[in-house]
Amino acid sequence: MAADILAHPGFADPVHDRQVSFRALLQALARPGTFHPVAVPPDPPAPLAPATAAVLLTLVDGEAPVHLTGPFAALGAWVAFHTSGTEVAAGDAAFVLADALPDFASLKAGTDEIPESSTTVILQMPALEGGPPLTLRGPGIETTRDFGPCGLPDDFVARWAANRRLYPRGIDLVLCAGSLVAGLPRSTTVTPPR
Amino acid sequence: MKGYNFAYLDEQTKRMLRRALLKAVAIPGHQIPFGAREMPLPYGWGTGGIQVTACVIGRDDTLKVIDQGADDTTNAVSIRRFFAKTAGVATTTRTVDATVIQTRHRIPETPLTEAQIIVYQVPQPEPLYKLEPSRAETRRMHALAEYGAMHVKLYEQVARYGQIAISYDYPVMVNGRHLMAPSPIPAFDNPKMHRMKALQLFGAGREKRIYAVPPYTDVVSLDFEDYPFRAGRAPHACALCGDTASYLDEVVTDDRGGRMFVCSDTDHCATRRERVA
Amino acid sequence: MAYVAVKGGERAIDAAHAWLAAERRGDTAVAELETAQIREQLGRAVDRVMAEGSLYDPGLAALAIKQAQGDLIEAGFLLRASRTTLPRFGASLPVETATMRLARRISAIFKDLPGGQVLGPTYDYTHRLLDFSLAANATQATAPEAEARDEAAPRVPDILGDEGLLEADGVSDAEPFDLTRAPLAYPAPREARLQGLARGDEGFLLGLGYSTQRGYGNSHPFVGELRVGEVDVEIVPPELGFAVCIGTVALTECQMVNQFAGSKTQPAQFTRGYGLAFGHAERRAMAMALVDRALRAQELGEARTAPAQDAEFVLSTCDNVEATGFVEHLKLPHYVDFQSELETIRRLRGIAGKNATSLSEATANLPEAAQ
Repeated sequence: MAADILAHPGFADPVHDRQVSFRALLQALARPGTFHPVAVPPDPPAPLAPATAAVLLTLVDGEAPVHLTGPFAALGAWVAFHTSGTEVAAGDAAFVLADALPDFASLKAGTDEIPESSTTVILQMPALEGGPPLTLRGPGIETTRDFGPCGLPDDFVARWAANRRLYPRGIDLVLCAGSLVAGLPRSTTVTPPR
Repeated sequence: MKGYNFAYLDEQTKRMLRRALLKAVAIPGHQIPFGAREMPLPYGWGTGGIQVTACVIGRDDTLKVIDQGADDTTNAVSIRRFFAKTAGVATTTRTVDATVIQTRHRIPETPLTEAQIIVYQVPQPEPLYKLEPSRAETRRMHALAEYGAMHVKLYEQVARYGQIAISYDYPVMVNGRHLMAPSPIPAFDNPKMHRMKALQLFGAGREKRIYAVPPYTDVVSLDFEDYPFRAGRAPHACALCGDTASYLDEVVTDDRGGRMFVCSDTDHCATRRERVA
Repeated sequence: MAYVAVKGGERAIDAAHAWLAAERRGDTAVAELETAQIREQLGRAVDRVMAEGSLYDPGLAALAIKQAQGDLIEAGFLLRASRTTLPRFGASLPVETATMRLARRISAIFKDLPGGQVLGPTYDYTHRLLDFSLAANATQATAPEAEARDEAAPRVPDILGDEGLLEADGVSDAEPFDLTRAPLAYPAPREARLQGLARGDEGFLLGLGYSTQRGYGNSHPFVGELRVGEVDVEIVPPELGFAVCIGTVALTECQMVNQFAGSKTQPAQFTRGYGLAFGHAERRAMAMALVDRALRAQELGEARTAPAQDAEFVLSTCDNVEATGFVEHLKLPHYVDFQSELETIRRLRGIAGKNATSLSEATANLPEAAQ
């Protein structure tokens, strides 16, 4: 495993790559459903997409523990080495890394007084477009925005609506594919297109 | 700058702040406590805005810093120099050329674009603090959206003065949910916040709070149907560029009541004069 | 007066800094102060700056005092700003004040006690008469020496604790809150309160502590013990797995013993207020202990009626770096807000229209205005 860790290094230029990736994430969450390129690490370990690896390297550390699910569960050592992030149970995690939408009920939605103490789900997708079309409304969107990523579950609209009803509590989503990120903050309303 | 990280803050601190900023964007107008650091500039002089700018800014950014709308006020100069020194970024006084604008007390007259981020320095992020000094209590009031006390305060002003008498730091409702302090900008600037194209970030260093308003987000100044919000300005034209719509500074010219009025936004004024020349 | 849009902020700042440096140096006919002189001869100032700057480094504190022209709040601020940038290698073990190498140790509640009363270097019984020999730089200072007492000096709580007359130390292995890394939320745990008080402004703490003696919050304090001396600082390097000493720090510790009538859940016993400060800082440690005890009103079920018992009030105002920043920021330009207030007040006075006419006349009379 040690060889794997070193064979798949972090950012080539950590300070600036983190800044570029953060700005991409900031824009992604500020303008839900738009795509933003991150700075990608040279050779992230499978099955991490470059954007997913960049998000981990930008946001995770010892103060923000992560929960790895599905095919990412084997990446604990890589994450620990490159971010000093610790692995915790889903219900304690600041970030949950997944390739399938997790059950929001198992995650932190924050409290009425501290709604920010909620989980951000980092969801790796096959692609950010080409999937069933959705219509987004809310802060960051001038009128409506079409958004159709590949890989969301069929019941996504209903599950997101349940999340939306918790506002200002709720889960935030960061979607990653290739070297792009998109965001769906809890403030966004998602409906099927009319 | 030798011996310091890019943009002064260490990476751990930036990460903590960046995570908080992403949450702030997800909950427009909600104040998020963060572990503000001691900066080499005093509390109350823009340390919150500086910390936000430090974790947002990158090598390719162009920074503009204004205080009272002017690029050449001493604290604006001092903060601009701080970033030129610690981050080596390009700086500008021209609103249209800036990608990141740090401000104290004004929003530029030139409408901001989607390509820009505006960072407000905030002395007091809690809009309810004059009604309830305990932050433990105001946190509860925000949780319950219990904002009646603020409406009562405004109503009392109407009863007493015949109008709402708040001139700056005029409270706003963000995204229909969170009462927010817009920072001590004149009420004149409040309408610019409403559905602004640029991302708006707010940093309060001493109070250790950040908050955000994403683009195209409703920012509504509190008022009453029969006593609507009004954005006041001095009823004059700028003596330098002739603008009759910009926010004006009143400059005392003698001790016999002499006054003149000039644009508070120095870039706006200079640009208008260049266009004429 | 000709008005042009003000330029020259950069030049003004540079000139101001140069003037400040010259003023700091003072008359060059007088020898320049060395930081070693400050460290050795202005030790109490150094200690205060280390406490309020939250950094134990007498050399840097001395430099900060020199740089700040002896403005101790400014010096503490310099030290804090430097501290933020320092890398964190690890946390020490809790220091053991029971094995402090004592320079001074007094208890007001016992005539004598194990380890004895040690008067040590104190101003307490000096007569406050200006000593003109100091002005003549003719100081010969040699202190008499004696054999160290080979006797343990246990802390007063350890002496009184047996009978249950005095509340015990709370022991916790939990990772302590860190005020310098995380924002304070209320109600704040005692460890967070103590951290805030430890770096709080000495004058503010003194005033608050004093207020509890004057009836603002009931307190009946006794100095259980005040000790000053050096303790070892130990860390456990992960690769070694055992403690190694990395240096010593000078500390002042105060255990203030207070009456407590008991409550429904607790029998009557003495409670404690705790004060700890870098260096030799008795006033600071005692004031801190008084305020700490006052802030425990809520946990002890006492009525909270006085400012010193309100944790949010005390902790959010005791930090002099925050306070001085915000008080002094009023020097920054506020003319935009002032202008908006002017407009509002003119409107409220119902003379806006009349005034506007006279103002535009005044403006029109200025030839520069047309430019």
